[in-house]
Amino acid sequence: MDTLRESADAERFVVEATRFPLGWFAVAIGAMAAAVVAGVTIGPASIGWFDSLHEVVGLLPGIDGSSDLSPAQSAIITKIRLPRVVLGLMVGSLLSLTGAAYQGAFRNPLADPYLLGIAAGAGLGATIAIVSGVGDGIGIVDPVPLAAFIGALVAVAISFAAGNIGGRSTVSLILAGVAVASFLTALQTYVLQRHSDVIREVYSWILGRLATSGWGEVTLLAPYFLITCLVLLRYGRALDVLSVGDEEAATLGLDPGRIRAIVVITASLGAAAAVSVTGLIGFVGIIVPHAVRLMVGVGHRALLPMTILVGGAFMVLADLLARTIVSPAELPIGVVTAFVGAPFFVLVLRTSSRQTW
Amino acid sequence: MVTPVLRVEDLTVSYNGSRVLDGVNLEVKEGTWTTIVGPNGAGKTSLLRAVVGGVGYEGAVEFRGSHDHSARDRALNVALVPQIPVIPPGLGVVEYVMLGRTPHRSVFASESRRDRAVVGDVMDRLDLTSFAKREVSSLSGGERQRVVLARSLAQEASLLLLDEPTSALDLGHQQEVLDLVDELRTETGMTILATQHDLTMAGRYGDRLVMLNEGAIVARGNAREVLTEANISEHFGAKVMVIDDDAGPIIVPVIPTSAA
Repeated sequence: MDTLRESADAERFVVEATRFPLGWFAVAIGAMAAAVVAGVTIGPASIGWFDSLHEVVGLLPGIDGSSDLSPAQSAIITKIRLPRVVLGLMVGSLLSLTGAAYQGAFRNPLADPYLLGIAAGAGLGATIAIVSGVGDGIGIVDPVPLAAFIGALVAVAISFAAGNIGGRSTVSLILAGVAVASFLTALQTYVLQRHSDVIREVYSWILGRLATSGWGEVTLLAPYFLITCLVLLRYGRALDVLSVGDEEAATLGLDPGRIRAIVVITASLGAAAAVSVTGLIGFVGIIVPHAVRLMVGVGHRALLPMTILVGGAFMVLADLLARTIVSPAELPIGVVTAFVGAPFFVLVLRTSSRQTW
Repeated sequence: MVTPVLRVEDLTVSYNGSRVLDGVNLEVKEGTWTTIVGPNGAGKTSLLRAVVGGVGYEGAVEFRGSHDHSARDRALNVALVPQIPVIPPGLGVVEYVMLGRTPHRSVFASESRRDRAVVGDVMDRLDLTSFAKREVSSLSGGERQRVVLARSLAQEASLLLLDEPTSALDLGHQQEVLDLVDELRTETGMTILATQHDLTMAGRYGDRLVMLNEGAIVARGNAREVLTEANISEHFGAKVMVIDDDAGPIIVPVIPTSAA
C-alpha cells in the first residue's frame, strides 16, 4: 500500500517549499561579524584586539565586563569606535535595503534611494543650516541633520505631488524626481555661490562621514532604522508580485499603486534619516542590492534581509578603509564606497552568470 | 435559469474622453468558450481589461450574479492571460507560476502546502516540469505562453480570459496552445473568453463568436453566422472569400489584381 502511494507520488511533480538561501545568509552574517570585529579592534590608538573585544562583550548584560584597559582606552572602544561601527551598520543597511525596495517598486535597476530628490533636498537643507550659522549657537540639537531630514522629506513630497499630476505611472514619478532634484540642486548651488566661505564645510558634508559624537546619532537613527526594516521586510512578497507590472499585479488581486506608495514612502523616510545623519553616501544603494541579487536571485523575500546584512558589513568595512588609509586624517566615506565599490561590482558582474535584470 | 459565469451589462470604457466600448451587453455561460473577433481598435482588449478590473468603466460586470467585489474577489473569479505578458528578468518558472496563487492568501503570508500542490499539478498538467529550474525569460515563445497559462490556471478562477493567446506563435504552437486550452476546459469545466485575430482559427475553437466593431457588438452566434463575407467586408474592410468547410468557415483573402 505504501509502496503504491510512493510510486504514484514519484510521478507527480512536487514543488518544494521555498528554501531560504541559508548558506548565503551564513556568509553574510559572518562577513558582518568580521566587519564589526575589525571596526572595533582597528584604529590609531593601539589597543590589543583581545582587550577591545573583551570590552565590547563586557557591555552585554549579565557578563562581567572588567577588562584590563585604562579608562581612556575603554572610552575609545565604547564611546568612539563602537557607536561608529553601529552607525555604519545601520546606515549601510538602510541605504542598501531602501535601494532594493526602490528598484523593486519602480521595476527599474537604476533606481536608488536618492531617486526622488532625497539627496538634493538633504543637501539644500544642510547647506541652508550651515550658511545661516545656526549650527554654532545651539548646543543641544545639531540643526544640520534636522534641516537635511526636512529638506529630504519635502523633496520627496514635491516629487509625489508633481508625479501624480502626469497620471500615476512610475515613469512620471521618476521624471518628477529628476526635475525636483535638478531644481533643488540649482537652489543649493546658488546659495553656496553666494556664501563661498562655507563651500568646504558643505562639500565635506555632501561627501558623507560616519564620525560620531558618541551614541547620540545612533539613538537618533535607531527608530527610523527599525520602522523601515520592519515595514519593508513585510512587503517582500508584494514587491515580487509587482515585478509583473501594475496591470497584471492588479489582475492578481493587488492594488499596485497603494503598495508602491507604502514601500516608497517608508524607504524614503529611512533613506532621509540615514542621509541626514551621515551626509550623502553614494553608490551603496545600487551596488549592494545588485550584488545580493547575483547571490540569492531576484526574489525579494531573500533579497531584502540579505541587503540589510551585506549593506551593513560593506559600510563598516568602507568606513574602516576611510579612517585608516590616510590615518590620522580621514577620507570621505562616499569616496571610498565608490572607489572600492565600483571595481568590486564590475568584478562581480563579470564573474556571474546569473541574469537579474 | 442558470446564472451565467459572467454578465456584462451596458459596459462603457473611455480613454481620454473617447469611447472605446459603448454599451456592450454580454453573457457567458458556464463551461463555454466564447471568442471575440473584430478589427484593430474595435475594443476587444478593453473589454477583457474591464472584466478583470484593469481599466475603469461604467456599467456592470457580474460574476455568478454578484457585482460587488474587491480586487481580490475578482482575482478569485477571473484570470487573464495578457497579450504581451511582462516577464520579470531573473524569475524562475516555479516562482512565476506561484504568483498565480496571490489572491488565495494575504500578501504578507508565505505559500501554503496547498499553494505548492496546485502549482505542482498545473506544471504537471502543462508539461512544464522539465523547465522547473529555468528562468522564464530564457524560454521560447511557445514555452513562455504555456508558463503564463500555468500562472493563470494556478489562480483557480472558473473564468479564464485569453487576450490573443496565439498572436506571437507559429501555426504549430498556436494549435498546441488552443488544443491545450480546449482540453483543460473539457476536463475542469472552466469557462473561456478569448480574443482572436485569426478568423479561421476563431471559427475552429470555441462554440460562440462575438464580433466587435467601434466599441459595439455587431454580430453574435456560431462561426457560420458571424464569419460571413458580408460581416467581414463591412467591419474589417477586407475583401475575403469564405469557404464553408465541414470543420468551419475558412477565410481566404481575395487579391483584386489576381482577376486580371
